[in-house]
Amino acid sequence: MDNASHSAGNHHPEPGFWRRYVFSVDHKVIGVQYGLTALVFLFIGYGLMALMRWQLAYPGKPIPIFGQLLLSVLGPDMAEKGIMSPDLYNSFGAMHGTIMVFLAIVPLAVGAFGNYLVPLQIGAPDMAFPKLNMMSYWVYFVGGVVMLVSFFIPGGAAKSGWTSYSPLATVADPAHHIDGQTLWLIGMVFLITSSLLGSVNIITTIIQLRAKGMGWMRLPFLVWAQLVTAFILLLAFPPLEAAGVLQLCDNLLGSSFFLPTGLVVGGKPLEVSGGGSPLLWQHLFWFLAHPEVYVLILPAMGIVAEVLANNTRKRLFGYKSLVYSAAAIGFISFLVWAHHMYLTGMGTKISTFFQTTTMLISIPSVIILTTLMLTLWGGSIRFNTPMLFALAFLPMFGIGGLTGLPLGFSATDIQLHDTYYVIAHFHYVVAPGTIFALFAGIYYWYPKVTGRMMNEFWGKVHFALSLVFMNLVFMPMFVQGLEGMHRRMYDGGATYAAGPDVAYGLSLALKLNVGISHAAWLLGAAQLPFVINFFWSLFRGQKVESDNPWQATTLEWATPTPPPHGNFLEEPVVYRGPYEYTPAKPGVDFVPQHCQQQPA
Amino acid sequence: MQATAHSMTIPHTVEPRPDTGLYNAKLGVWLFLASEVMLFGALFSSYILLRVGAPEWPQRQLSIPLGTLNTFVLILSSISVVMAWMALKGRDFARFKLWQGTTVLLAVLFITIKGFEYHDKFTHYYVQTQDGRALTGHLDGDPFNLSLARLRASPSPPKEIVFHPDPPRAGHTEAANAHGEALKLELSQITKLEAFGPWRGTFFAVYFVLTGLHALHVIGGIIVLGYFWGPGSRMWRTEPERFTNRVEVGGLYWHFVELVWIFLFPTLYLL
Repeated sequence: MDNASHSAGNHHPEPGFWRRYVFSVDHKVIGVQYGLTALVFLFIGYGLMALMRWQLAYPGKPIPIFGQLLLSVLGPDMAEKGIMSPDLYNSFGAMHGTIMVFLAIVPLAVGAFGNYLVPLQIGAPDMAFPKLNMMSYWVYFVGGVVMLVSFFIPGGAAKSGWTSYSPLATVADPAHHIDGQTLWLIGMVFLITSSLLGSVNIITTIIQLRAKGMGWMRLPFLVWAQLVTAFILLLAFPPLEAAGVLQLCDNLLGSSFFLPTGLVVGGKPLEVSGGGSPLLWQHLFWFLAHPEVYVLILPAMGIVAEVLANNTRKRLFGYKSLVYSAAAIGFISFLVWAHHMYLTGMGTKISTFFQTTTMLISIPSVIILTTLMLTLWGGSIRFNTPMLFALAFLPMFGIGGLTGLPLGFSATDIQLHDTYYVIAHFHYVVAPGTIFALFAGIYYWYPKVTGRMMNEFWGKVHFALSLVFMNLVFMPMFVQGLEGMHRRMYDGGATYAAGPDVAYGLSLALKLNVGISHAAWLLGAAQLPFVINFFWSLFRGQKVESDNPWQATTLEWATPTPPPHGNFLEEPVVYRGPYEYTPAKPGVDFVPQHCQQQPA
Repeated sequence: MQATAHSMTIPHTVEPRPDTGLYNAKLGVWLFLASEVMLFGALFSSYILLRVGAPEWPQRQLSIPLGTLNTFVLILSSISVVMAWMALKGRDFARFKLWQGTTVLLAVLFITIKGFEYHDKFTHYYVQTQDGRALTGHLDGDPFNLSLARLRASPSPPKEIVFHPDPPRAGHTEAANAHGEALKLELSQITKLEAFGPWRGTFFAVYFVLTGLHALHVIGGIIVLGYFWGPGSRMWRTEPERFTNRVEVGGLYWHFVELVWIFLFPTLYLL
């Protein structure tokens, strides 16, 4: 390439509004698009659950205010007299999971933070394939629209759980040929395509576009986490795509991939050729969906690592252990999927294998958590809002991880399988775990994106209330689950607990439903300070005085605020590791990665 | 006003990065193909699991001569796709046009043959009658993808249909009839009538999904390789290196599509 084409970029006319903010190929704009869209879906996912919580706390009573809305929008089949119907409850349950995992958390963790930060942190002008990057966002957008549209078609959205187990998913809505499940599958094909484009892009960018001097062991841990995550997305999603295609054939073309011989539905034998295997769906689904758990948690760990290092003002403890553990998690995550299937009758030998691999994967997870905690040791900690969220991540993820062990053992899982214990366990990992880390990330990088700080006081209010209500929502669910409360009951187990032989404990556990629901609604209210702070700070927030307001070491802070298209004013060259928080000269306790001078 | 970055050019779009030895698109396509391996791997695994669990598995349901012919078509295209890239490396654009065009034509030929095979399946019928006969064969006039429900729902449903049973053949367990003579079957006597589509059983479901997905990949290849042959080849005049890379990446994808067929042919046609 000659000089003429190098400088050509500077002579381009300024792109218009559409090319700049809507169909932009700039990784930062795409990252922000991903982030805002994902936050909207986070709100929708929460809203579905908030309505379900009414039905659980007050079964069979009309939902105040929103009940009438549901009735007028979805009709009396779904919400007669404003009461949530069982079908609607099932739809909301399935779509809460789908939206939260595939449309909210992953796009926020990978689409937003990955897109925005990876090129900046490795010193690249953009992603390796900017047009694919734009396509990835718009394909995700279409997938989200398809999912939302499915609420309004006859029969309503998919209602067989976010796991869409066959044959239930195929026979759940026999009255409609194109039903919610069909749209779910089509939507998933879009989301999988989007994630494929995104992961190819992130991996290629990290391998090919690292700045001069940015060796593998000089990468910020967030970049490592995004790299492993992208590999998981790249290799684990296709089997779900295969499964989705097969289920689509079952639903539309009359094939029997997942429909066994002799299936009777509604008292009548189903007219299909049979010979399929319901277990096959579960294998293909969990082959994605367990690695997906690490897609949810690894970027969160990466964000927490960045925030911790910056606010303890010292290096991460055991950077290499962190990197190797993340890679180990990536590998082992492909070998644990069937621990979701202990109760399917697949056999004790297979259960033993997956029980062993499941215990193995807890080792690198514990190493990561331990190194992050040891990073705190001896640090001069700054308790700002991002740091508070990052600090809370550690015990919250710890609770989520440790309560997973009894689920990973095939014997104890017999009692706990499909109870509220499971719900409590994985929500501790994802909600006060990952979502807290994502909040930390939003507060931490907000000044880089907008040039203004978010308000500290309201940030701390947001943090304190969220922490309290998160725990009030999910901690009681452990109790409910240990009492044997099943996770998918429409009335939260009220009819079951009214039976003659029900243990005293279960009826007590049932009473917790009311408290949990109120905590869940208050948790929603606790996000108001965040939402207001987020938009208020955009215009009225305190302006940053330097490009590096947190006095951080990584490369994204070496760019102007906000970074221009192309990112860096001069070609970044990296001279040191990512977290050199050492006294450099009086009053300065850090040396950025691109600084050549040795600390005095 | 915003500051301007020192460069907006993304490195290594043409020249390889020294420490990896790859340009971006080449790494990108390898990663894409890795994900494709997982996609087809999952489908092959499903095939194995379903076949192992099946009490019996229909064999020799497909035309081996046509399958073999298609295999040769794809093998030939794997040669021409490399020749096209080598022509560009030798700076011979006319020869590139020739070989790339050959590849696209071979791909179209493959899809055409595949289309005939599909058509054969949708005009081949399975019929069950009330007296317990189960027959396979063809209907008079070779109608496409008829079913009992569709036949009955038609404006003037026929009283009887003329059915030409298949001659008995080794491996064809379903053909219970001894003669190849035409039969007249009363519509009211028929309990089941369906073409050999994916609903016919797990084998046909697997066959249509695997070959259908592969055919979509071939069509994708026709579009991409055809674009490089046609309008996309203008890049040769402005950025010959980059264009050569594009053709190489398209070729890598095409080799993967052939490789999938090399697995599909024996598993579906021969085994």
